[in-house]
Amino acid sequence: MTTITERRDSAAPPSGAPARRTASRRMRRRSILVGWSFILPNFLGFALFTLIPVIAAFVLAFMHWDAYNPPTWAGFSNFVRLFGDDNFHVALSNTLLFALGHVPLTLAISLGLALLLNQKLRGIAFFRVAIFFPYITSLVAIAIVWNMLFDPTSGPINQFLHLIGIANPPGWTASTAWSLPAVIITAVWRDMGYYMVLFLAGLQAIPQEYYEAASVDGAGRWRQFWNVTLPSLRPTTFLVLVLLSVSSFKVFDLIFVMTQGGPGRATLVLSQLIYQDGIINGQFGYSSAISLVLFVIVLIVTVFQFRIQQRRER
Amino acid sequence: MSTLTSDLAQELETGRTHPSSRPQRRGQRRIRSRLGKAAMYVLLVVLLAVVLLPFIWMLSSSFKHDNQVLTVPIQWIPREFVWSNYQNIWTQVPMAGYLMNSAILAVVITFLQVLTGSFAAYGFSKVRFPGRDALFLTYIATIAVPWQAYMIPQYMMMQKAGLTNTFLALILLQAFGAFGVFLMRQYYMTIPDELNEAARIDGLSDYGIWARIILPLSKPALASLALLTFVNTWNDYMGPFIYLSSNELWTVQIGLRSFIGQYSAQYAMIMAGSVISIVPILVIFLAGQRYFISGIATSGMKG
Repeated sequence: MTTITERRDSAAPPSGAPARRTASRRMRRRSILVGWSFILPNFLGFALFTLIPVIAAFVLAFMHWDAYNPPTWAGFSNFVRLFGDDNFHVALSNTLLFALGHVPLTLAISLGLALLLNQKLRGIAFFRVAIFFPYITSLVAIAIVWNMLFDPTSGPINQFLHLIGIANPPGWTASTAWSLPAVIITAVWRDMGYYMVLFLAGLQAIPQEYYEAASVDGAGRWRQFWNVTLPSLRPTTFLVLVLLSVSSFKVFDLIFVMTQGGPGRATLVLSQLIYQDGIINGQFGYSSAISLVLFVIVLIVTVFQFRIQQRRER
Repeated sequence: MSTLTSDLAQELETGRTHPSSRPQRRGQRRIRSRLGKAAMYVLLVVLLAVVLLPFIWMLSSSFKHDNQVLTVPIQWIPREFVWSNYQNIWTQVPMAGYLMNSAILAVVITFLQVLTGSFAAYGFSKVRFPGRDALFLTYIATIAVPWQAYMIPQYMMMQKAGLTNTFLALILLQAFGAFGVFLMRQYYMTIPDELNEAARIDGLSDYGIWARIILPLSKPALASLALLTFVNTWNDYMGPFIYLSSNELWTVQIGLRSFIGQYSAQYAMIMAGSVISIVPILVIFLAGQRYFISGIATSGMKG
């Protein structure tokens, strides 16, 4: 850091009286000192426990490093091993399937909720706050209660399905085929309030005049939605899409508490595989390679969505 | 943006919306709109019931006997209210200890996060020095990296330092997050720099300006950050799960999870434990919902 500042200092234009120059240099040095003194307490912790681990994760991915043997350079062999790792294939496809269900469902439902709750009605605030509440509830409690709601024989959900005439309701978290949909439903229920808040903020930023102009032009509510609301919401929708996809690919604790990746490997996702291989089995290098893949996926999805957004705006 | 979010927050609290200037119509239309309003309320109540059903079920089950929890058909209101679940849970598992541990972790981490976060945010927004913006970009960049990607090196470090199975590991890992710095900086950017200059002319140092001017002005943002951090720490499962192995250090979340493993058939008591784990969050949320929502809107919209 100091090298940069010194270089900049010496590169400063040589104009002005030397006395003023030393004065301004002293000022600058003071502001560097003051600035760093503010940042340092947080930066020390941040550098040590976030920044260094982030960098280390990238290096580790290219090393053979486990709990028992001395570390050696591995090149790309960890990644080659990933190709043949059946657990990795399962976890990757489960993660993608989870995102495929979670992202569009949450997006649609949270937008719907925001539209519905963006009205001037007495007491509407209560409804908004209540729908937001699941998002900040303790995850373990959510996982426990939904596991019981999903109980195949006497859980309330299957009782309801029986009631509306479905003779053979799914086994949910007890079956390999339906456990992923079960965790997706739980995740959508938990997250929709959060994204609804973002959509509400977006909706309220749309100038009322747009709607007035549209209704003068004779546009009905449906037309207004398509021609005013949706286009004006585009930045918000984009933001929600990015946040939602990233959170989908990172999904871990909810599934881990609900099903522990089971039954079998039916809900094993990438994050859990990193945890298993790294922390349980002590394969630090190999599991870092998996985390690098996870990071690259998140990055690609984000960049891809940015591209689409830019093309649309052109 | 800040005005928008504070508008939203205020609106969420009071339920007021911007006055619409559409022409008022009379007579039949008014009756029809009143009917429409009633229908809307019915719709909203049904929606609310569906969304909150898991909580209602949880609460109702916590007052039942174990064998009445999963019955066909569902009893929404327990036939007799069994209060003993809420009495026995304290002796069957060290619930009070779990609550205490969660509270200690949440308070310490929140305090450090708010203090160092707002302090650093001042440096990032009100002091100009070379390299500042590059440094801030580093902070932002790490927010984008999923936590799972660096959980292994963190764990290795903590293992080397002999800090696994201590609160200190969790405090060190969670108290200096980039998110707090980011949120506070976004807020400080909206405070005009003229205030700083005026204060400096009055002879205040930067530290004095931070303590006497910026901190009091940023109370809403501080509240947002404090509440979000507290709730996140209280609800955190993976951190304590990875680092805390001895029972006496467990948080509510870990304790509750292991409780299911041990007493899987005691449905009613499990539900009572779940309710207890949620109550602190509910109280905090109801007290400060405005700050939660504006915090989310700010960080989300500006990210």
